[in-house]
Amino acid sequence: MLEDKDRIFTNLYGLQDWRLDAAKQRGAWNGTADLMALGGEWIIQQIKDSGLRGRGGAGFPTGLKWSFMPKEVKDRPHYLVVNADESEPGTCKDREIMRHDPHLFIEGCLIASFAMKAHACYIYIRGEYVDERNNLQAAIDEAYAAGLLGKNAAGSGWDFDLYVHHGAGAYICGEETALLESLEGKKGQPRLKPPFPAGAGLYGCPTTVNNVESIAVCPTILRRGAGWFRKFGRENNHGTKIFSISGHVNRPCNVEEAMSIPLKQLIDTHCGGVKGGWDNLKAVIPGGSSVPCLPKDICDDVLMDFDALREHKSGLGTAAVIVMDKSTDIVRAIARISYFYKHESCGQCTPCREGTGWMWRVLERMAVGQSTTEEIDKLLEVSTQIEGHTICALGDAAAWPVQGLIRHFRHEIEERINTYRNDRPHVAVAAAE
Amino acid sequence: MASRRPAKDQPASFDWTPENKAWCDAQMKKYPEGRQASCVIPFLWRGQKQEGWCSIPMMEVIARQLDMPYIRVYEVATFYTMFNLAPAGDFFVQVCGTTPCMLRGSDGLRETCKKMIGEEGHVSADGKFSWLEVECLGACANAPMVQISTKEGDHYYEDLTPEILEDLLAKLARGEKVKIGTQHPNRHSSDPEGDNTSLTDPSLYDGSRAQPLKEIPNSQPKEPAE
Repeated sequence: MLEDKDRIFTNLYGLQDWRLDAAKQRGAWNGTADLMALGGEWIIQQIKDSGLRGRGGAGFPTGLKWSFMPKEVKDRPHYLVVNADESEPGTCKDREIMRHDPHLFIEGCLIASFAMKAHACYIYIRGEYVDERNNLQAAIDEAYAAGLLGKNAAGSGWDFDLYVHHGAGAYICGEETALLESLEGKKGQPRLKPPFPAGAGLYGCPTTVNNVESIAVCPTILRRGAGWFRKFGRENNHGTKIFSISGHVNRPCNVEEAMSIPLKQLIDTHCGGVKGGWDNLKAVIPGGSSVPCLPKDICDDVLMDFDALREHKSGLGTAAVIVMDKSTDIVRAIARISYFYKHESCGQCTPCREGTGWMWRVLERMAVGQSTTEEIDKLLEVSTQIEGHTICALGDAAAWPVQGLIRHFRHEIEERINTYRNDRPHVAVAAAE
Repeated sequence: MASRRPAKDQPASFDWTPENKAWCDAQMKKYPEGRQASCVIPFLWRGQKQEGWCSIPMMEVIARQLDMPYIRVYEVATFYTMFNLAPAGDFFVQVCGTTPCMLRGSDGLRETCKKMIGEEGHVSADGKFSWLEVECLGACANAPMVQISTKEGDHYYEDLTPEILEDLLAKLARGEKVKIGTQHPNRHSSDPEGDNTSLTDPSLYDGSRAQPLKEIPNSQPKEPAE
C-alpha cells in the first residue's frame, strides 16, 4: 500500500487549487534549475535508474527511449511531443493530471525537453478534452508569465517553448506516428517504422513521443531520487502508477498506487469492492480495452504489473481496470469493444479495416447465439490473421480482446449457440414451399 | 456513428469573424515556417464553433489560408469524427456508449435521448437538440457520461442516470444553468464516492514540499548508482 507521502499527484482529485502558487506549495517547480544544472546526461541516467516504464500502454523504458535521441543537435531541431490523446476505453488518468496537476506536467515537459536538447515541445491533447485543454493552456500562460517557460526557462539558461495542439476525435492518433501525422495536419494514419521518430519524427526531425504520466512523474523522481521511485513494485516494474477503475465496483475512481499491487487489494481498498462482493466477479479487463480479459480465478491473486499480467496472456496497458460482475453479458461487452475498433480503424491496412468490422458482426451474432461452434474457431483464426499483420498495433488491440473472450469464456458462447434454437421453431418447411 | 458525408445544402460562402481571424493568425505562429498545415485541425474546430458545423466553403477558405490543396482539408474534415459535416442542434449531446459506460448504464441514456430528442443523428424540430452515440470520451471512472457541445463550450456531465439526464436536458431547454462535471452528490471529480481513500494527509498541503532541496539525490559524481 502506498502512503500519501509517496504519492506524486497530490491534487489528483482537484480538491486543491491547480494554479501556479498552490502547485508550488505542493512542491512543483521546486529546484528545477538546479536539477537541470546537473545536465541532460544525468537526467537521462536518473530516469533509467528509476526503472520508469512508459505509462501510455506499451511499457517501454522511458530513460532508454530518451537515450535514442541524437546526442548533438545537427541541422534539424529536436522535438518532444507529449501524447495526451487519451482514448483507450477505460483510461481517464491523464485528464486528471492535465486539469488538476498541470504544473507538475509542464515542469516535466521542460526537464525532458532539456534532457533531449529540444527547445520546443508540443502537447497533443484529444479533441474532446476541451475544458482540460483550456485549463492546461491557462497553466502554461501562467508559467510563461512567471518566467518558467520561454527564454531562459525557470532560470536554467535553456530557451523553451511549450505549445498545446489538439486532435478531433480519432483514437488512432494515440499511436505515436499517427499522432505525428495528425500534428502535421494530415489524416491520422500511422507511418511505417523504421525510420523511428527518434531519427525522423515531427516534420522529419528527431522526436520523442511520451505519455503525459511518464513526463509528469519525472521532476518528482529527480527531486526524490531514482532509488525512491525504484523501491515501489517488483523488479522490472517499478514506481507508482495511476490506476483508473471503472465498471462494476461500488466506488469507481482514479487512484495512484504502487506498481505490483494485487488486483483484489486495489479494488477492495479503494473502490469499495466489486458490486455484490468479490464472489460476484465475472471478469476484469486489467489494462484498457485492448488487453484480453481475465476470469475471476486469475483475478484472485494476480499482481498489477507488466510482467505478472503478461504471464497470464494479458497486459498492464494503461492500468485501466474494467470490472465486470456476474450480471454482465460478456459477449456483448466484448462485441462493443469490437465495434469500437471497427469505428476507430484508420482504414490504411486491409486486415484491420476489413477484419475489425468482420469480427464485430460475428460477435454481434454470437451475443445472441446465432452462430455455430465451428465459427468460434474461425473467429479465433481470423483474429490471429489480423494480429501482427498491420502497420500499427490497432490490429493487435482489436484482436486481443476477442482472443481473451474465446480463451476464457468459450463455454458461454457455446451455451448461447446451443440454446439459440430452444423456443424457436425448426425450419418451417410448409412456409418455405 | 457520425455521418462522414457532407450535407447536401451548403452555404454560399464562409468568412471568419474578425476575432477568429486574429486568433488564426496567432495560431500559425505556433508552428515552424512552412509547416502551417499543422493548423488545419484547430482551424476546422474553430470554424465549427463559429458556424455550428464544417461546411465545404469553410474547408476551402481554410485550405487557401494554409496554402493546402482543397482535397487535403476535405480529407482531414471527413477523417476526424468530431467535425460535423451537417448542422447539429444548438445542444449537441454526445452519449458515450463504449464498454465502461455500457457496463454502468449508457443504454438507458440513449433511451432518454431518444425519448427527449428523437432519432439519433437528427436535429429536433426546434433546432435546439441533436444527439449521437460516440466512442469512449475518457471519463470512465465517472461513467456513464455525456458531453454536450454548444457554441460556448463542450462540457462533460458525468455519473448520470436516465433521470438525471432527463432533468439536465429539460433545464438546458429552459435555458437554465446546469452544473458541469460529476452529477453525483458525494463526488468531486474522479475521487471515490464518499470518503477518499488517498490524499488525506494534511502534510501534503502545508508547504513542506516547497522547502528548498537540501541535496539533490544522486547528484554527487562519485556516488554509485542504485
